[in-house]
Amino acid sequence: MSDTKKLAIIATKGTLDWAYPPFILASTAAALGYETQIFFTFYGLQMLRKELNLKVSPLGNPGMPMPMPVPVLMQALPGMQSFITGMMKKTMKDKGVASLEDLRELCQEAEVKFIACQMTVDLFEFDTKDFIDGVEYGGAATFFEFAGESDICLYI
Amino acid sequence: MANFDQELDASGLNCPLPILRAKKALNGMESGKVLHIIATDPGSVKDFEAFAKQTGNELMESGEEGGKYSFLIKKS
Repeated sequence: MSDTKKLAIIATKGTLDWAYPPFILASTAAALGYETQIFFTFYGLQMLRKELNLKVSPLGNPGMPMPMPVPVLMQALPGMQSFITGMMKKTMKDKGVASLEDLRELCQEAEVKFIACQMTVDLFEFDTKDFIDGVEYGGAATFFEFAGESDICLYI
Repeated sequence: MANFDQELDASGLNCPLPILRAKKALNGMESGKVLHIIATDPGSVKDFEAFAKQTGNELMESGEEGGKYSFLIKKS
């Protein structure tokens, strides 16, 4: 057992907005000297794709700030999701928020360990060739091996 | 402002980039050397305090002038 603090994160969401917290927290923890692991499961696996194409939708998310009020039924129109995603990405860029690709790369540079849930990879028939390099594959027991010794454990 | 050995301009960058860039810069510096960081993210004031406390690098100076925040961190 070392004195190094440990952070274990489970990333379960596959939308543009929810992909941020795991990568922000993991990269920052690594910079602070934490040994960090992210366990990607279910929709969180989308965050491991080489080509990130994550979207954000105002549908079912009344807390999402909009530049103008858009009625819920209009939010469901074709093209709306892409439009909102594009707007969100632009706002982020304008405000100096890092891209997910950059944050993910910073995590890997800082030796944050990425573990993909084998069961959900099989379930959704993901092709692991579509995932970035450096990903390990494991199950719940693999997660607990690290999480059981962690100082902080987050489910996102 | 005291002397410094290296400078990092993190203007326009938002959380957590100023911290990550600072960490990277410090990694390449020798112990005792001082890094000067410029940032525009108001959150960086508390973040650099917390960063210094947790990493053991000393925050020698922290200030603000005209919307620009500046920090001096000595590598431990």
